[in-house]
Amino acid sequence: MRYEAPETLDAAIGLLAGQSGQVKVLAGGTDVLVQIHADMIEPDVIVDIKKIAEMREIADEDGAWRLGAAVTGKELMDNAAFNAAWPGVMDGVRLIGSVQVRGRATVGGNVCNASPAADSVPPMITSRAIATVIGPNGTREVPVQDIATGPGKTSLEAGEFVVSFKFPKRPARSGDAYLRFTPRTEMDIAVVGCAVNLTLDDAGICTDAIVSLGAVAARALIVEDAAKALIGTPVDEAAMDALAAAASAAATPIDDKRGTVEFRTEVAGVLAQRAAAIALERAKS
Amino acid sequence: MAKQYVTTIVNGDNVEVLCDPTQTLLDVLRDEMDMTGTKEGCGTGDCGACSVTLDGVLVCSCLVLGIEANGKKVETIEGMAQGEELHPLQRKFIDHVALQCGICTPGLLIASKALLEENPDPTEEEIRYWLAGNLCRCTGYHKIIEAVQDAAAEMRGN
Ligand code: FES
Ligand code: FES
Repeated sequence: MRYEAPETLDAAIGLLAGQSGQVKVLAGGTDVLVQIHADMIEPDVIVDIKKIAEMREIADEDGAWRLGAAVTGKELMDNAAFNAAWPGVMDGVRLIGSVQVRGRATVGGNVCNASPAADSVPPMITSRAIATVIGPNGTREVPVQDIATGPGKTSLEAGEFVVSFKFPKRPARSGDAYLRFTPRTEMDIAVVGCAVNLTLDDAGICTDAIVSLGAVAARALIVEDAAKALIGTPVDEAAMDALAAAASAAATPIDDKRGTVEFRTEVAGVLAQRAAAIALERAKS
Repeated sequence: MAKQYVTTIVNGDNVEVLCDPTQTLLDVLRDEMDMTGTKEGCGTGDCGACSVTLDGVLVCSCLVLGIEANGKKVETIEGMAQGEELHPLQRKFIDHVALQCGICTPGLLIASKALLEENPDPTEEEIRYWLAGNLCRCTGYHKIIEAVQDAAAEMRGN
């Protein structure tokens, strides 16, 4: 295995494109090193992208945040302004691994590792963040929900990698939240996860909403019916009931040691309601 | 496989080693630098036995390539005591009998030290959440929490 740590995007593109054997992009390494350790992958070349300045920046571009794909969870947690802007994204980031893992792990890696249970992915999806993807054929913009295509699989082509995520400006009276169910409070993998992002008008009526479920399908889902249940309502009990029903209806989980189909389906509805309640509070404050 | 030179500052000392790019920082510390205070439990980021700090950030050394530590500062358990004088956390772990077999202890001490640097007066809940990535199969954690609280109080000067 060869290790390369390019300092520019162009150098990284050149390295990734010019390889014959297996090439792996290394960000925080908290998944890649485990995969190497378990002999799941045997890369010929590792391209460490942490030395590329653009990929390490957190920038407030006039209310529209840009987050470098190699920014660590800890760096993000230490950024008070970003925490205030996207508390729901941070709900997800704060649940990734342990303190030690968040010292290395990146949101870019969480998205590109393509685990259906990744905690930062549903709130990244509901933030409507757009990934800037770069590769041998130039740059393209990809909504976060279109990066993962299934467990461990992404829509990135050979030689492509995510440089950064661009968040839209947030309208006033907006709030987002992410919750997951796990048997342990920390260091566990979501049995179900749900993110809600909503906006209210000045009368308290929901004008926009987006709901995403994690760990109940081959990749994180956007549940349009769940958003419809909220839009046009004051997010009252009737809307919450409709939200839960839509979230449960959209869940197509598997049975495994961490949860049964019935349990996950039910919990998807419960978490949607609870996440919506938190998002609502945040939108009002 | 071509070996590569890695230059790091470990516990304040400049160290240069030749290492294989597949070796983790944990492997490099233990096998190339003969610093076996840092332990390997799982090798996959789950147990925290391999905790060290890298440029001041608490990490699992099993999830860092040795070569990624090039040019960086590494702090390990070997640097915690000042000569013969134990760090307050080390003394309190002994006083409270916060260890049995001891394999988790270096990682817990390094993680607890990082906590107290960030938060000198943590609540029990904050300590438990912070140490969630450090597994101990012997003590039941209670004495560890007490030791950290006691050390924190001493370090705050009361
Ligand atoms: S050996 Fe590194 S976390 Fe267990
Ligand atoms: S003392 Fe044995 S694992 Fe903690």
